[in-house]
Amino acid sequence: MGHRRTNAAIWAWTLFVLVAIYLPILCGALASFNKSRYFGFPIKIYATEWWQKTLDSIEIGMIVKTSITIALLVTVFSVVIATFGALAFARYEWKGRKLYQKLILLPIFFPQPVLGLAMLLGFNAVGIQTSWMTAVFAHMIWIVPVVTLVIAIQVYGFDPSLEEAAYDLGCSRIQVFREVTLPLLWPGIWSGMLFAFLLSWSNFPLSLYTTGADSTIPEWLYAKMVAGYTPMVPALGTMATLGAACLLLAGGLVGILLRRRAAT
Amino acid sequence: MADLALAPAPGATAESARQLRHARMLSVGARCALPVAILLGIGFLAPLVAIFGYAFATPRSFDVFTSFTLANFATLFDPSNTVWLSFLWSCGLALLTVAILAVIAYPIAYGLNMVFGRWSALISVLFVFPLFVSENVRLYGWVLFFIKNGVLDGTLKWLGLSGGPEVLYTPGITLFGMVYTYLPFMLFPMTLGLALVPRDLVDAARDLGAGRLFIWREIELPLAMPGILIGMLLTFVLAIGATAEAKILGGQSIIVISHDIEIAFTYSQNWPLGSALAVVVTFFIGALTLFALSKLDLDRMLGRR
Repeated sequence: MGHRRTNAAIWAWTLFVLVAIYLPILCGALASFNKSRYFGFPIKIYATEWWQKTLDSIEIGMIVKTSITIALLVTVFSVVIATFGALAFARYEWKGRKLYQKLILLPIFFPQPVLGLAMLLGFNAVGIQTSWMTAVFAHMIWIVPVVTLVIAIQVYGFDPSLEEAAYDLGCSRIQVFREVTLPLLWPGIWSGMLFAFLLSWSNFPLSLYTTGADSTIPEWLYAKMVAGYTPMVPALGTMATLGAACLLLAGGLVGILLRRRAAT
Repeated sequence: MADLALAPAPGATAESARQLRHARMLSVGARCALPVAILLGIGFLAPLVAIFGYAFATPRSFDVFTSFTLANFATLFDPSNTVWLSFLWSCGLALLTVAILAVIAYPIAYGLNMVFGRWSALISVLFVFPLFVSENVRLYGWVLFFIKNGVLDGTLKWLGLSGGPEVLYTPGITLFGMVYTYLPFMLFPMTLGLALVPRDLVDAARDLGAGRLFIWREIELPLAMPGILIGMLLTFVLAIGATAEAKILGGQSIIVISHDIEIAFTYSQNWPLGSALAVVVTFFIGALTLFALSKLDLDRMLGRR
């Protein structure tokens, strides 16, 4: 039947696109194991010395620490703000909600390099020196709307009559929030946290303009790509990718557990 | 205080308590939105105001909000200036990116909804993951793939062929990079849009003898349109603001508009001119975004799972 052939074609196309998506990441991993300073394929001698050098570098250690600090702070602040933002987005009827739903999307639709420059200008205009702390704020402008959407999807799937029942049984608003709303939203909040951390971890355009003298992993990689290539570039890039993958995997497993618990 | 006044009086029926709660929801919603509103007000709106302020300042100066001149805009719209060329490049590349991505992503979005079944979740995650790898790293991976003696060239030579084509540092590879980077931004709205198409409707049409093309044109496409449109808009807007592709893969064989803005701020130290350029881009993108968003019902798109 023609139907089956179409489905096979769709599978084949999807797998082809997936291979293309991961091909450059794979190329980077390959290049990081090249013993020679200059990349050439097929690789003549494989070695792990660039991984070793990257791990030993004090400069890179500090950059990794900055990246993690920014990502952690962005995660905590974003998720708290976005949880309330998502309730306003999807749960409550209020005047101005339709407008709010649209305005919150504007930063996502805005080109990040221009947004980063605009923020640099803004900080400059009020006399704030840029550093990793201003980068936390800058990341949040883009990440809070994304996380709000992620959590909002969970809020849509949530049955308001459970909250009603708790009120009818005499719970206070704070009790209802803590005992009913929050546990039901946990899977969504958890995905929101993962998104916040990983998007901050990989962000380049906003960091470029708002970290000042401090530097994050994507910034360091870019600087070395433009001038002074060393195989530490693919090595650190691959490490950052592996770190994100591990986090996503671990986070995904916790997410499945949370979802299962919320369902019972 | 307001909460106290709104608390149900003793002896009130459950029904009136519910009504009171409903009235209170109005303000609860607004209060929940407040932190986001404050954050975006300071972090998104204020910088745009700052840019707006600088755009009317004397060229090559830093006296924001004290001088007012249209000289920067005059410079931009002066035909002897090449800014319009970068703007045209950005728009053209963005349009092509949208068109190519629509064709690439549609079958995948269809598959995620109708074909992959329990594999859908895993495949979605595989498409999301690249967003968590810095754009730089992925684009640089393509450089390693396409460069002379790189993965493609080296493999072809190893096979005894004449080697790979020299595609790096051309406008074509810039377009390729944009298509590559923005795929998820087309795919996911499209998938949400296709999820809005009721399957019974498609089945019913098929039972009544409608051909596949007819069903696609008359049912699937119109009902999935909100998602497709939002995907197209998102990719278009992001592609207009793209710089990394043109820099890393394109080797600056073409100058895109964001790069022009950046040059004005960095090398030429002309903040007012850069701001004027940013204002023009912002208005263009803002008008487009608001127009498209006004056509969407987000409750319906995100609420259906």
